[in-house]
Amino acid sequence: MAKPKVPGLFKGLGVTFGTLMRTATEGSNTIQYPHEKETPPIRARGVIALHEGNCTSCMLCARSCPDWCIYIEGHKELAPPRRAGGAPRKVNKLDRFDIDYALCMYCGICVEVCPFDALFWSPEYEYSEPRIADLLHDKSKLGEWMETVPEAPELEAGAEKKGKK
Amino acid sequence: MNSALIAADLAYWAQSLLRVLGGLVAVLLPAGTVVYLFLFKMMSFMQSRLGPMEAGPYGSMQLFAEVGKWLQKEDIVPANALPEARIFKMAPLIVLASTFLLVAVVPFGPDAWFTDFEAGIFYALAVSSVSVLGILIAGWSSANKYSLLGGLRAAGQLIAYELPMVLAVVGVVIQAGTMNLQQIVVAQNAGSMFGWDGAGNPYVLTQFVAFIIFMIAVQAELTQTPFDMPIAESELVSGYMTEYSGFRFLIFFIGEFATAGVFAMIASVLFLGGWGVPFAWFGWTDINSIDNWMNVVGPLILFTKMIVLVFFIMWVRFSFPRFREDQLQRFAWKVLIPVSLVNIMVTAVLKVAF
Amino acid sequence: MTMLGDRQQLAYIAAQAADARVNVELETEGMTLNIGPQHPATHGTLRIIARLDGEQVVWAEPSAGYMHRGYEKLTEVRTYPQVTALVNRIDWLGSFANEVPFILAAEKLMGVEAPARAQHIRTILFELSRIANVSLFLGDLGVQLGAVTPVFFAFRDREYVLNLIEAATGGRFHPNFDRIGGLKDDLPAGFIDETRNVMKKLRTFCDQIEDLLFGNEIFQSRTRGIGVIPKDVALQYGLSGANLRASGVDWDLRRDQDLPMAWNKADWKVWTHPDGDSFARCWVRLQEVRESTKIVDQLLDTIPAGPVMAKVPKIIKVPEGEAWVSTENPLGEMGYYVVSQGDQGPFRVKIRSASFNNISIVPWVLKGVYVPDIITILASLYFILGDIDR
Repeated sequence: MAKPKVPGLFKGLGVTFGTLMRTATEGSNTIQYPHEKETPPIRARGVIALHEGNCTSCMLCARSCPDWCIYIEGHKELAPPRRAGGAPRKVNKLDRFDIDYALCMYCGICVEVCPFDALFWSPEYEYSEPRIADLLHDKSKLGEWMETVPEAPELEAGAEKKGKK
Repeated sequence: MNSALIAADLAYWAQSLLRVLGGLVAVLLPAGTVVYLFLFKMMSFMQSRLGPMEAGPYGSMQLFAEVGKWLQKEDIVPANALPEARIFKMAPLIVLASTFLLVAVVPFGPDAWFTDFEAGIFYALAVSSVSVLGILIAGWSSANKYSLLGGLRAAGQLIAYELPMVLAVVGVVIQAGTMNLQQIVVAQNAGSMFGWDGAGNPYVLTQFVAFIIFMIAVQAELTQTPFDMPIAESELVSGYMTEYSGFRFLIFFIGEFATAGVFAMIASVLFLGGWGVPFAWFGWTDINSIDNWMNVVGPLILFTKMIVLVFFIMWVRFSFPRFREDQLQRFAWKVLIPVSLVNIMVTAVLKVAF
Repeated sequence: MTMLGDRQQLAYIAAQAADARVNVELETEGMTLNIGPQHPATHGTLRIIARLDGEQVVWAEPSAGYMHRGYEKLTEVRTYPQVTALVNRIDWLGSFANEVPFILAAEKLMGVEAPARAQHIRTILFELSRIANVSLFLGDLGVQLGAVTPVFFAFRDREYVLNLIEAATGGRFHPNFDRIGGLKDDLPAGFIDETRNVMKKLRTFCDQIEDLLFGNEIFQSRTRGIGVIPKDVALQYGLSGANLRASGVDWDLRRDQDLPMAWNKADWKVWTHPDGDSFARCWVRLQEVRESTKIVDQLLDTIPAGPVMAKVPKIIKVPEGEAWVSTENPLGEMGYYVVSQGDQGPFRVKIRSASFNNISIVPWVLKGVYVPDIITILASLYFILGDIDR
């Protein structure tokens, strides 16, 4: 509490004056956004990127989304056998993989449950659109986000080294 | 400004035009500077941020952007206020009018004044009460319970704090022996303290108590925190100003800061020596022996002193929470008025003794 | 379907009728003032109907429900991870703290306990959300009372905590980090040192707020003796958290319960205050922030090595049963009663949120106070609308 000598009123004035001086000499705690940008941490949940080659249309992500904002359509195709003389393989081909970012809660459950490592988090956040319909990112756009996916960060001391995502 | 500044004698209409323009500058320039320097920049720096930076270099054009924004807004009169629409529309103008009337008696230089009034300070205090009327009208005619509460609180507060202001000024008047603001300035700058006239005789040193009371009363008259119950943003959403938007709100806004500037000018005239520097520095003896360049430098000096005083007003505004209405009234009636009465008695005794 | 109960509606109509009569007779009694739902002072869309006699409150009643989002209904059709993601948004300022009691209830039903490292990190993140939540309260307190500067200091220093939470979990406000059996991920490198720095900065912030706000004579005259809630009334109305401790009740669920979290591994104190007025409630919260920084510092030194996730199946089906777990959240006591029927998701979840019970005392405490004091008391009781309405 305020010491008996200096009344609290003046201490309060001192705090604001001190902050004024500090901002004037050392700069403020804010950055001027469009001109300077902060880099978000590596794990920041900005946008989800899709690695199409790994996806097998297992629908686990679409089922586990709390908002049901992932739309997947695929079909099975016959691919040539790996070795000559073998049977043709059935592979899944994705027709449609859309994530509706107008609904997405950025919870990360889809990225977590994917068993084939096809979805990744990227800290990219500047993708706002003037029309809501443009917030539905289709397969190709989700593939473009893959370039911005960073390497997973190093873990703290004492952690068990799990496989990095 | 007076035609003494200009060599030729101007026609009456030309003088009046100059006076009107001068009045506009004298009110709007302090308002603009105070808003930019203190409201945009100082407040932001005290809060660890930079304030508006986009409009113009370091946000200097922000004020013009704001004015433009307010001007292009829709003219809204609340439906319930329509029966009293004329009063509703008049209220901001009354508040601003009192500021213009107030600046008419402030001396800016030895020959740079609007009117040289014998009862200058008496007139100034009387006219500053006109704004109370405007605020009451605004609160009542808005047909909004919050505005009504704000207006009633304002009525009580502003009237209560008129008294300490007047009583504080009485001390200065006793010491100067005149109510003419120009004479008060001359008395301070030509005077001497215990025979040494190196710093004139600024009344802030002898009337220290009155100075503090006057500044507190000014803070209350401007409804600035800690006395901003009438506005009380977190309770009454702007109090009596809630229903005003667009140009009318701009008038209130300008009025608030212009009045802050003008009251600070009056305070610097009464206590800090106004537009002058101690006459001993230049060897002047009375008002007629001052050089003509003082008419240009005088306003600048007054402006600087005003900025210093407004700094203190705003510093307190951004640092403290607000009083509750009854605590506010108690403070005025039970603390400020007795202290200022004692100050008057002491001043009178000392004036006769010395 | 209306949002007001019948009794409330009748009361409001009666108040309006009395008002109408009064306007004709030009008396100055009985103005019905509607504080909210859109108002700068209520932390969201809370509506308080107050009958005033001049500036004194004769009768007041809160009318909540403008932000009801149907949480308990939503949880009926979602799986446990999905519910965890949703539940972040109840108390959105200290969101990790919302997940913890729910996950603990599910773990209780499954008979699984998270490994020691996970419990430790859970506690650290829990205390970080408490710091984030209550430091905003300290700033907000200033705004409610007219001081515009503390809130900027609060947001400035809260950013550091949010950056920490983002570095660890990926989300600033909604971490969604707790899982049945442990945590989603481990801490990134550099977290411990950065957290120590941030705790120092927060202690400086607390000192600044003490000088700027608590030591201020105006603030003290606004809050001392206002809204006194005696001990027995507080207990009767079901207050919890700092509100209860400020009335002199020594009640802290972190210390009194035996949950699988790491609070008993640090040496900390429970702060109480005998007065029960608004100043006491604000002061107790200030001390709690300081105490939380000390808890975090101590826990950072002793994080055990090991896994952060227990051995649980990939698709979790929680066995049948019912469990109730409540924790000492930043706002008070928050608890979940989870009913499971062996599915991937809960059958029914009852959410006991702290603020809903905290505002039940509003009619009692607002009788006879002045209008500015309404704001002071509401500010000191500290509720968040998401917590009241769910």
